[in-house]
Amino acid sequence: MNTMAMSVAVVDYGMGNLRSVAKAIEHVAPHASVRVTADAAEIAAANRVVVPGQGAMPDCMRELNERHLRDAVMRAAAEKPFLGICVGLQMLFGHAEEGDVMGLEVLAGRVPRFPQAAMVMPDGSRLKVPHMGWNQVRQSEAHRSHPLWDGIADETRFYFVHSYYVEPQDAVCIAGETTHGITFTSAIARENIFAVQFHPEKSAQAGLRLLENFMRWQP
Amino acid sequence: MLAKRIIPCLDVNAGRVVKGVNFVALRDAGDPVEIARRYDVQGADEITFLDITASSDERDIILHIIEAVASQVFIPLTVGGGVRAVTDVRRLLNAGADKVSMNTAAVNNPQLVADAAAKVGTQCIVVAIDAKQTSPGKWEVFTHGGRKNVGLDVIDWARQVQLLGAGEILLTSMDRDGTKSGFDLALTRAVADAVTIPVIASGGVGSLAHLADGVTQGRADAVLAASIFHYGEYTVREAKEYMRQQGVEVRL
Repeated sequence: MNTMAMSVAVVDYGMGNLRSVAKAIEHVAPHASVRVTADAAEIAAANRVVVPGQGAMPDCMRELNERHLRDAVMRAAAEKPFLGICVGLQMLFGHAEEGDVMGLEVLAGRVPRFPQAAMVMPDGSRLKVPHMGWNQVRQSEAHRSHPLWDGIADETRFYFVHSYYVEPQDAVCIAGETTHGITFTSAIARENIFAVQFHPEKSAQAGLRLLENFMRWQP
Repeated sequence: MLAKRIIPCLDVNAGRVVKGVNFVALRDAGDPVEIARRYDVQGADEITFLDITASSDERDIILHIIEAVASQVFIPLTVGGGVRAVTDVRRLLNAGADKVSMNTAAVNNPQLVADAAAKVGTQCIVVAIDAKQTSPGKWEVFTHGGRKNVGLDVIDWARQVQLLGAGEILLTSMDRDGTKSGFDLALTRAVADAVTIPVIASGGVGSLAHLADGVTQGRADAVLAASIFHYGEYTVREAKEYMRQQGVEVRL
Protein backbone atom coordinates (compact mmCIF):
# COMPACT_ATOMS: atom_id res chain seq x y z
CA MET A 1 0.00 0.00 0.00
CA ASN A 2 1.39 3.43 -0.78
CA THR A 3 1.94 5.86 2.04
CA MET A 4 -0.68 8.28 0.75
CA ALA A 5 -3.35 5.70 1.41
CA MET A 6 -2.25 5.49 5.00
CA SER A 7 -2.30 9.07 6.20
CA VAL A 8 -4.81 9.90 8.88
CA ALA A 9 -5.57 13.23 10.51
CA VAL A 10 -6.87 13.27 14.07
CA VAL A 11 -8.62 16.61 14.31
CA ASP A 12 -7.35 18.63 17.26
CA TYR A 13 -9.79 21.26 18.41
CA GLY A 14 -8.48 21.40 21.94
CA MET A 15 -10.90 19.01 23.56
CA GLY A 16 -10.30 15.60 24.99
CA ASN A 17 -7.64 12.99 25.01
CA LEU A 18 -6.36 13.10 21.44
CA ARG A 19 -3.13 11.40 22.24
CA SER A 20 -4.94 8.19 23.18
CA VAL A 21 -6.75 8.11 19.86
CA ALA A 22 -3.52 8.69 17.93
CA LYS A 23 -1.64 6.10 20.00
CA ALA A 24 -4.29 3.48 19.42
CA ILE A 25 -4.28 4.09 15.66
CA GLU A 26 -0.48 3.94 15.60
CA HIS A 27 -0.74 0.65 17.46
CA VAL A 28 -3.00 -0.97 14.85
CA ALA A 29 -1.45 0.74 11.81
CA PRO A 30 2.25 1.11 12.62
CA HIS A 31 3.11 2.21 9.09
CA ALA A 32 0.47 4.89 8.86
CA SER A 33 1.26 8.54 9.20
CA VAL A 34 -0.92 9.67 12.11
CA ARG A 35 -1.11 13.40 12.64
CA VAL A 36 -2.87 15.13 15.49
CA THR A 37 -3.59 18.43 13.81
CA ALA A 38 -5.47 21.70 13.99
CA ASP A 39 -4.36 22.65 10.48
CA ALA A 40 -7.16 22.70 7.91
CA ALA A 41 -4.72 22.08 5.07
CA GLU A 42 -3.35 19.00 6.80
CA ILE A 43 -6.87 17.68 7.34
CA ALA A 44 -7.64 18.29 3.68
CA ALA A 45 -4.49 16.43 2.62
CA ALA A 46 -5.10 13.36 4.80
CA ASN A 47 -6.76 10.29 3.33
CA ARG A 48 -8.67 9.52 6.47
CA VAL A 49 -10.02 11.74 9.17
CA VAL A 50 -10.85 11.00 12.78
CA VAL A 51 -12.82 13.49 14.85
CA PRO A 52 -12.58 12.57 18.51
CA GLY A 53 -14.22 14.56 21.21
CA GLN A 54 -14.75 14.73 24.89
CA GLY A 55 -16.38 17.14 27.19
CA ALA A 56 -19.18 19.53 26.48
CA MET A 57 -20.69 19.94 23.02
CA PRO A 58 -20.93 23.78 23.24
CA ASP A 59 -17.20 24.00 24.01
CA CYS A 60 -16.40 21.58 21.19
CA MET A 61 -18.46 23.56 18.65
CA ARG A 62 -16.95 26.85 19.82
CA GLU A 63 -13.39 25.52 19.57
CA LEU A 64 -14.08 24.01 16.16
CA ASN A 65 -15.35 27.35 14.90
CA GLU A 66 -12.64 29.44 16.55
CA ARG A 67 -9.93 27.30 15.04
CA HIS A 68 -11.57 27.59 11.63
CA LEU A 69 -11.86 23.84 11.34
CA ARG A 70 -15.56 23.63 10.64
CA ASP A 71 -15.21 23.62 6.85
CA ALA A 72 -12.34 21.12 6.90
CA VAL A 73 -14.41 18.73 9.03
CA MET A 74 -17.49 19.23 6.84
CA ARG A 75 -15.46 18.51 3.70
CA ALA A 76 -13.91 15.41 5.24
CA ALA A 77 -17.36 14.16 6.23
CA ALA A 78 -18.48 14.63 2.65
CA GLU A 79 -15.66 12.89 0.86
CA LYS A 80 -13.27 10.62 2.78
CA PRO A 81 -13.28 7.79 5.31
CA PHE A 82 -14.47 9.59 8.41
CA LEU A 83 -14.60 8.29 11.96
CA GLY A 84 -16.38 10.28 14.65
CA ILE A 85 -15.87 9.37 18.31
CA CYS A 86 -18.12 10.46 21.21
CA VAL A 87 -18.67 14.21 20.75
CA GLY A 88 -17.27 13.60 17.25
CA LEU A 89 -20.46 11.59 16.66
CA GLN A 90 -22.75 14.05 18.44
CA MET A 91 -21.54 17.07 16.48
CA LEU A 92 -22.63 15.46 13.20
CA PHE A 93 -26.23 16.04 14.26
CA GLY A 94 -28.40 19.08 14.80
CA HIS A 95 -29.67 20.52 18.04
CA ALA A 96 -27.85 19.57 21.22
CA GLU A 97 -29.66 19.88 24.52
CA GLU A 98 -26.31 20.52 26.18
CA GLY A 99 -25.79 24.27 25.99
CA ASP A 100 -28.61 24.60 23.46
CA VAL A 101 -26.26 24.65 20.46
CA MET A 102 -26.48 23.39 16.89
CA GLY A 103 -24.11 20.78 15.57
CA LEU A 104 -22.83 20.46 12.01
CA GLU A 105 -26.13 19.03 10.76
CA VAL A 106 -24.45 16.48 8.52
CA LEU A 107 -27.16 14.12 9.75
CA ALA A 108 -30.67 15.04 10.82
CA GLY A 109 -31.48 14.51 14.47
CA ARG A 110 -30.94 15.87 17.95
CA VAL A 111 -28.70 15.21 20.94
CA PRO A 112 -30.70 14.90 24.19
CA ARG A 113 -29.55 14.06 27.71
CA PHE A 114 -30.38 10.78 29.44
CA PRO A 115 -33.79 11.39 31.02
CA GLN A 116 -33.69 11.18 34.84
CA ALA A 117 -37.04 9.40 34.98
CA ALA A 118 -35.84 6.44 32.91
CA MET A 119 -32.87 5.93 35.22
CA VAL A 120 -34.70 4.64 38.31
CA MET A 121 -34.86 0.85 38.55
CA PRO A 122 -37.72 -1.16 40.09
CA ASP A 123 -35.67 -1.83 43.27
CA GLY A 124 -35.17 1.89 43.78
CA SER A 125 -31.54 1.89 42.68
CA ARG A 126 -30.52 4.28 39.97
CA LEU A 127 -28.66 3.95 36.70
CA LYS A 128 -25.97 6.56 36.81
CA VAL A 129 -25.23 9.44 34.47
CA PRO A 130 -22.58 9.82 33.01
CA HIS A 131 -23.16 6.43 31.39
CA MET A 132 -19.65 5.30 32.29
CA GLY A 133 -18.21 1.88 31.63
CA TRP A 134 -18.46 -1.14 29.36
CA ASN A 135 -21.76 -1.75 27.61
CA GLN A 136 -22.94 -3.91 24.75
CA VAL A 137 -23.48 -2.67 21.23
CA ARG A 138 -26.17 -4.47 19.24
CA GLN A 139 -25.24 -4.20 15.59
CA SER A 140 -28.21 -3.28 13.42
CA GLU A 141 -29.45 -5.73 10.77
CA ALA A 142 -28.89 -3.16 8.05
CA HIS A 143 -25.24 -2.60 8.92
CA ARG A 144 -24.18 -5.93 10.40
CA SER A 145 -21.88 -6.61 7.48
CA HIS A 146 -20.37 -3.11 7.60
CA PRO A 147 -16.57 -3.32 7.19
CA LEU A 148 -16.09 -1.54 10.53
CA TRP A 149 -17.88 -4.35 12.38
CA ASP A 150 -15.68 -6.96 10.70
CA GLY A 151 -14.40 -9.49 13.26
CA ILE A 152 -16.40 -7.85 16.06
CA ALA A 153 -19.16 -10.03 17.48
CA ASP A 154 -22.65 -8.64 17.92
CA GLU A 155 -23.23 -7.46 21.51
CA THR A 156 -19.53 -6.83 22.10
CA ARG A 157 -18.84 -4.47 25.00
CA PHE A 158 -17.16 -1.12 24.41
CA TYR A 159 -16.17 1.63 26.84
CA PHE A 160 -18.60 4.53 27.10
CA VAL A 161 -18.50 7.79 28.99
CA HIS A 162 -21.19 10.34 28.14
CA SER A 163 -24.34 12.02 29.41
CA TYR A 164 -25.89 12.86 26.03
CA TYR A 165 -26.72 10.62 23.08
CA VAL A 166 -27.79 11.02 19.45
CA GLU A 167 -31.31 10.53 18.23
CA PRO A 168 -31.18 10.27 14.42
CA GLN A 169 -34.29 11.30 12.52
CA ASP A 170 -33.65 8.64 9.92
CA ALA A 171 -33.17 5.16 11.41
CA VAL A 172 -31.42 3.97 8.25
CA CYS A 173 -28.09 5.33 9.54
CA ILE A 174 -28.26 3.41 12.84
CA ALA A 175 -25.40 0.89 12.90
CA GLY A 176 -25.54 0.00 16.57
CA GLU A 177 -27.70 0.43 19.66
CA THR A 178 -27.04 0.25 23.38
CA THR A 179 -29.31 0.16 26.42
CA HIS A 180 -28.84 2.21 29.57
CA GLY A 181 -32.28 2.90 30.98
CA ILE A 182 -33.30 3.76 27.43
CA THR A 183 -32.10 2.25 24.16
CA PHE A 184 -30.03 4.77 22.24
CA THR A 185 -28.00 4.92 19.04
CA SER A 186 -24.37 4.05 19.81
CA ALA A 187 -23.06 3.84 16.22
CA ILE A 188 -24.08 5.33 12.89
CA ALA A 189 -23.01 4.59 9.33
CA ARG A 190 -23.65 6.50 6.14
CA GLU A 191 -21.53 6.21 3.02
CA ASN A 192 -18.01 7.31 4.04
CA ILE A 193 -19.01 8.17 7.60
CA PHE A 194 -18.89 5.88 10.61
CA ALA A 195 -19.28 7.35 14.05
CA VAL A 196 -19.54 5.85 17.52
CA GLN A 197 -20.61 7.04 20.94
CA PHE A 198 -18.13 4.76 22.71
CA HIS A 199 -14.36 5.13 22.82
CA PRO A 200 -12.66 2.52 20.61
CA GLU A 201 -9.28 3.84 21.76
CA LYS A 202 -10.19 2.77 25.32
CA SER A 203 -12.09 -0.43 24.48
CA ALA A 204 -9.24 -2.95 24.58
CA GLN A 205 -9.14 -5.54 21.79
CA ALA A 206 -12.59 -4.83 20.37
CA GLY A 207 -11.83 -1.14 20.07
CA LEU A 208 -8.46 -1.73 18.44
CA ARG A 209 -10.17 -4.02 15.94
CA LEU A 210 -12.63 -1.31 15.01
CA LEU A 211 -9.80 1.18 14.49
CA GLU A 212 -7.91 -1.36 12.41
CA ASN A 213 -11.05 -1.89 10.33
CA PHE A 214 -11.34 1.86 9.86
CA MET A 215 -7.76 2.09 8.61
CA ARG A 216 -8.48 -0.58 6.00
CA TRP A 217 -11.90 0.70 5.02
CA GLN A 218 -12.44 1.64 1.37
CA PRO A 219 -15.96 3.11 1.28
CA MET B 1 -26.67 -3.65 30.15
CA LEU B 2 -23.80 -1.70 31.64
CA ALA B 3 -21.22 -3.96 33.29
CA LYS B 4 -20.03 -3.39 36.82
CA ARG B 5 -16.37 -2.49 36.67
CA ILE B 6 -13.41 -4.07 38.44
CA ILE B 7 -10.53 -1.67 38.89
CA PRO B 8 -7.10 -2.73 40.17
CA CYS B 9 -5.28 0.09 41.93
CA LEU B 10 -1.50 0.54 41.78
CA ASP B 11 0.45 2.65 44.26
CA VAL B 12 3.32 4.32 42.43
CA ASN B 13 6.27 5.93 44.19
CA ALA B 14 8.80 7.78 42.04
CA GLY B 15 7.86 5.72 39.04
CA ARG B 16 7.81 2.29 40.68
CA VAL B 17 4.85 0.21 41.78
CA VAL B 18 5.47 -0.21 45.47
CA LYS B 19 3.02 -2.78 46.72
CA GLY B 20 4.29 -6.29 46.12
CA VAL B 21 3.24 -7.69 42.85
CA ASN B 22 3.26 -11.39 42.56
CA PHE B 23 2.65 -12.15 38.93
CA VAL B 24 4.30 -15.24 37.61
CA ALA B 25 7.22 -14.58 35.27
CA LEU B 26 7.12 -10.84 35.60
CA ARG B 27 10.41 -9.51 34.34
CA ASP B 28 10.27 -6.43 36.50
CA ALA B 29 7.88 -6.54 39.45
CA GLY B 30 7.91 -2.79 39.96
CA ASP B 31 7.38 -1.73 36.37
CA PRO B 32 4.01 0.02 36.05
CA VAL B 33 3.81 -0.60 32.31
CA GLU B 34 4.28 -4.32 32.58
CA ILE B 35 1.87 -4.62 35.50
CA ALA B 36 -0.78 -2.54 33.74
CA ARG B 37 -0.42 -4.76 30.71
CA ARG B 38 -0.98 -7.87 32.83
CA TYR B 39 -4.14 -6.42 34.32
CA ASP B 40 -5.37 -5.46 30.86
CA VAL B 41 -4.84 -9.03 29.64
CA GLN B 42 -6.71 -10.34 32.70
CA GLY B 43 -9.68 -8.21 31.74
CA ALA B 44 -9.41 -5.22 34.09
CA ASP B 45 -12.03 -2.63 33.14
CA GLU B 46 -9.84 0.30 34.13
CA ILE B 47 -6.62 0.85 36.03
CA THR B 48 -6.11 3.44 38.76
CA PHE B 49 -2.68 4.79 39.63
CA LEU B 50 -2.23 6.40 42.98
CA ASP B 51 0.91 8.52 42.94
CA ILE B 52 2.30 8.48 46.48
CA THR B 53 5.57 10.20 45.56
CA ALA B 54 6.44 12.50 48.43
CA SER B 55 9.34 14.38 46.89
CA SER B 56 8.27 17.23 44.65
CA ASP B 57 11.42 16.76 42.54
CA GLU B 58 10.12 13.38 41.44
CA ARG B 59 6.52 14.40 40.83
CA ASP B 60 6.81 14.59 37.06
CA ILE B 61 7.85 10.94 36.81
CA ILE B 62 4.18 9.93 36.92
CA LEU B 63 3.63 11.81 33.65
CA HIS B 64 6.21 9.64 31.90
CA ILE B 65 4.70 6.53 33.44
CA ILE B 66 1.22 7.43 32.22
CA GLU B 67 2.59 8.25 28.79
CA ALA B 68 4.30 4.86 28.58
CA VAL B 69 1.26 2.95 29.85
CA ALA B 70 -1.17 4.83 27.59
CA SER B 71 0.80 3.91 24.49
CA GLN B 72 0.44 0.20 25.24
CA VAL B 73 -2.67 -0.31 27.33
CA PHE B 74 -5.94 0.66 25.69
CA ILE B 75 -8.34 0.79 28.61
CA PRO B 76 -9.25 3.80 30.77
CA LEU B 77 -6.56 5.06 33.13
CA THR B 78 -7.23 7.10 36.25
CA VAL B 79 -4.52 8.94 38.14
CA GLY B 80 -4.74 10.34 41.64
CA GLY B 81 -2.32 11.79 44.14
CA GLY B 82 -0.72 15.20 44.27
CA VAL B 83 -3.29 16.96 42.12
CA ARG B 84 -3.54 20.54 43.37
CA ALA B 85 -4.41 22.72 40.41
CA VAL B 86 -6.20 22.65 37.07
CA THR B 87 -2.79 22.64 35.37
CA ASP B 88 -1.97 19.34 37.16
CA VAL B 89 -5.19 17.90 35.74
CA ARG B 90 -4.37 19.11 32.25
CA ARG B 91 -0.86 17.69 32.33
CA LEU B 92 -2.07 14.25 33.45
CA LEU B 93 -4.76 14.14 30.79
CA ASN B 94 -2.30 15.26 28.13
CA ALA B 95 0.05 12.49 29.22
CA GLY B 96 -2.71 9.97 28.51
CA ALA B 97 -4.82 9.72 31.65
CA ASP B 98 -8.57 9.55 31.06
CA LYS B 99 -9.62 10.61 34.52
CA VAL B 100 -7.93 12.48 37.32
CA SER B 101 -8.80 11.94 40.92
CA MET B 102 -8.54 14.60 43.61
CA ASN B 103 -9.00 14.25 47.33
CA THR B 104 -7.45 16.70 49.81
CA ALA B 105 -7.23 19.44 47.21
CA ALA B 106 -10.98 19.17 46.60
CA VAL B 107 -11.69 19.45 50.35
CA ASN B 108 -9.36 22.44 50.75
CA ASN B 109 -10.60 24.15 47.62
CA PRO B 110 -13.95 22.88 46.29
CA GLN B 111 -13.77 25.47 43.51
CA LEU B 112 -10.93 23.39 42.02
CA VAL B 113 -13.45 20.65 41.20
CA ALA B 114 -15.70 23.15 39.44
CA ASP B 115 -12.82 24.80 37.59
CA ALA B 116 -11.33 21.49 36.47
CA ALA B 117 -14.70 20.11 35.34
CA ALA B 118 -15.42 23.30 33.39
CA LYS B 119 -12.03 23.08 31.72
CA VAL B 120 -11.76 19.40 30.86
CA GLY B 121 -15.26 18.04 31.29
CA THR B 122 -17.11 16.36 34.12
CA GLN B 123 -16.28 12.88 32.82
CA CYS B 124 -12.57 13.38 33.56
CA ILE B 125 -12.99 14.44 37.18
CA VAL B 126 -13.11 11.92 40.01
CA VAL B 127 -13.39 13.07 43.60
CA ALA B 128 -11.94 10.63 46.10
CA ILE B 129 -13.62 10.64 49.49
CA ASP B 130 -11.99 9.03 52.52
CA ALA B 131 -14.77 8.26 55.00
CA LYS B 132 -14.81 7.19 58.64
CA GLN B 133 -17.83 6.30 60.70
CA THR B 134 -18.21 8.72 63.61
CA SER B 135 -21.54 7.49 65.00
CA PRO B 136 -24.15 4.94 63.89
CA GLY B 137 -25.30 5.82 60.37
CA LYS B 138 -22.98 8.81 60.16
CA TRP B 139 -19.68 9.09 58.31
CA GLU B 140 -17.34 12.05 58.10
CA VAL B 141 -14.69 13.06 55.58
CA PHE B 142 -11.07 12.56 56.60
CA THR B 143 -7.79 13.53 54.97
CA HIS B 144 -4.14 12.73 55.70
CA GLY B 145 -4.65 9.00 55.55
CA GLY B 146 -7.58 9.09 57.95
CA ARG B 147 -5.90 11.19 60.61
CA LYS B 148 -7.59 14.51 60.02
CA ASN B 149 -11.34 15.00 60.36
CA VAL B 150 -12.26 17.92 58.14
CA GLY B 151 -15.74 18.30 59.61
CA LEU B 152 -17.78 17.35 56.56
CA ASP B 153 -20.60 14.83 56.44
CA VAL B 154 -19.80 12.27 53.74
CA ILE B 155 -23.28 12.25 52.20
CA ASP B 156 -23.40 16.07 52.08
CA TRP B 157 -19.93 16.21 50.57
CA ALA B 158 -20.77 13.57 47.97
CA ARG B 159 -23.81 15.57 46.88
CA GLN B 160 -21.77 18.74 46.82
CA VAL B 161 -19.00 17.34 44.63
CA GLN B 162 -21.63 16.10 42.19
CA LEU B 163 -23.03 19.63 41.98
CA LEU B 164 -19.52 21.03 41.57
CA GLY B 165 -19.00 18.84 38.53
CA ALA B 166 -17.40 15.56 39.62
CA GLY B 167 -18.19 12.78 37.15
CA GLU B 168 -17.51 9.99 39.60
CA ILE B 169 -16.82 9.36 43.28
CA LEU B 170 -14.10 7.05 44.59
CA LEU B 171 -15.31 6.18 48.08
CA THR B 172 -12.87 4.63 50.54
CA SER B 173 -13.81 3.45 54.00
CA MET B 174 -10.85 4.32 56.21
CA ASP B 175 -12.30 2.00 58.85
CA ARG B 176 -12.03 -0.94 56.49
CA ASP B 177 -8.97 -0.02 54.43
CA GLY B 178 -6.32 -2.69 54.89
CA THR B 179 -8.50 -4.90 57.10
CA LYS B 180 -9.60 -7.38 54.42
CA SER B 181 -12.96 -7.55 56.17
CA GLY B 182 -15.02 -6.26 53.25
CA PHE B 183 -16.36 -2.89 52.13
CA ASP B 184 -18.39 -0.75 54.51
CA LEU B 185 -21.60 -1.67 52.69
CA ALA B 186 -23.87 0.70 54.60
CA LEU B 187 -21.58 3.60 53.73
CA THR B 188 -21.31 2.53 50.09
CA ARG B 189 -25.04 2.20 49.68
CA ALA B 190 -25.78 5.48 51.44
CA VAL B 191 -23.49 7.35 49.06
CA ALA B 192 -24.52 5.41 45.93
CA ASP B 193 -28.16 6.21 46.64
CA ALA B 194 -27.46 9.86 47.41
CA VAL B 195 -25.89 10.79 44.07
CA THR B 196 -26.69 10.26 40.39
CA ILE B 197 -23.04 9.88 39.32
CA PRO B 198 -21.17 6.54 39.48
CA VAL B 199 -19.60 5.46 42.78
CA ILE B 200 -16.51 3.26 43.07
CA ALA B 201 -16.31 1.28 46.32
CA SER B 202 -12.89 0.92 47.92
CA GLY B 203 -11.28 -0.22 51.15
CA GLY B 204 -11.42 -3.60 52.83
CA VAL B 205 -11.56 -6.16 50.03
CA GLY B 206 -10.24 -9.53 51.17
CA SER B 207 -12.27 -11.97 49.10
CA LEU B 208 -14.19 -12.26 45.88
CA ALA B 209 -17.44 -12.29 47.84
CA HIS B 210 -16.54 -8.82 49.14
CA LEU B 211 -16.29 -7.51 45.59
CA ALA B 212 -19.70 -8.91 44.68
CA ASP B 213 -21.24 -7.57 47.91
CA GLY B 214 -20.03 -4.08 47.05
CA VAL B 215 -22.16 -4.16 43.94
CA THR B 216 -25.17 -6.20 45.05
CA GLN B 217 -25.55 -4.76 48.56
CA GLY B 218 -23.54 -1.57 48.37
CA ARG B 219 -24.97 -0.65 44.96
CA ALA B 220 -21.55 0.49 43.78
CA ASP B 221 -21.03 0.92 40.04
CA ALA B 222 -17.44 -0.25 40.28
CA VAL B 223 -15.17 -1.89 42.81
CA LEU B 224 -11.53 -1.06 43.39
CA ALA B 225 -9.01 -3.37 44.99
CA ALA B 226 -5.27 -3.58 45.36
CA SER B 227 -3.82 -6.34 47.47
CA ILE B 228 -6.04 -9.26 46.44
CA PHE B 229 -4.85 -8.76 42.89
CA HIS B 230 -1.27 -7.67 43.58
CA TYR B 231 -0.35 -10.63 45.72
CA GLY B 232 -1.70 -13.06 43.16
CA GLU B 233 -4.51 -14.33 45.37
CA TYR B 234 -6.97 -13.86 42.54
CA THR B 235 -6.82 -12.68 38.98
CA VAL B 236 -9.22 -10.06 37.70
CA ARG B 237 -10.74 -12.76 35.51
CA GLU B 238 -11.44 -15.01 38.50
CA ALA B 239 -13.08 -12.07 40.23
CA LYS B 240 -15.30 -11.48 37.22
CA GLU B 241 -16.23 -15.12 36.86
CA TYR B 242 -17.24 -15.18 40.50
CA MET B 243 -19.29 -12.01 40.16
CA ARG B 244 -21.05 -13.37 37.12
CA GLN B 245 -22.01 -16.47 39.14
CA GLN B 246 -23.53 -14.07 41.67
CA GLY B 247 -25.67 -12.58 38.94
CA VAL B 248 -23.56 -9.44 38.50
CA GLU B 249 -23.23 -8.11 34.95
CA VAL B 250 -19.52 -8.08 34.06
CA ARG B 251 -17.37 -7.83 30.95
CA LEU B 252 -15.78 -11.23 30.33
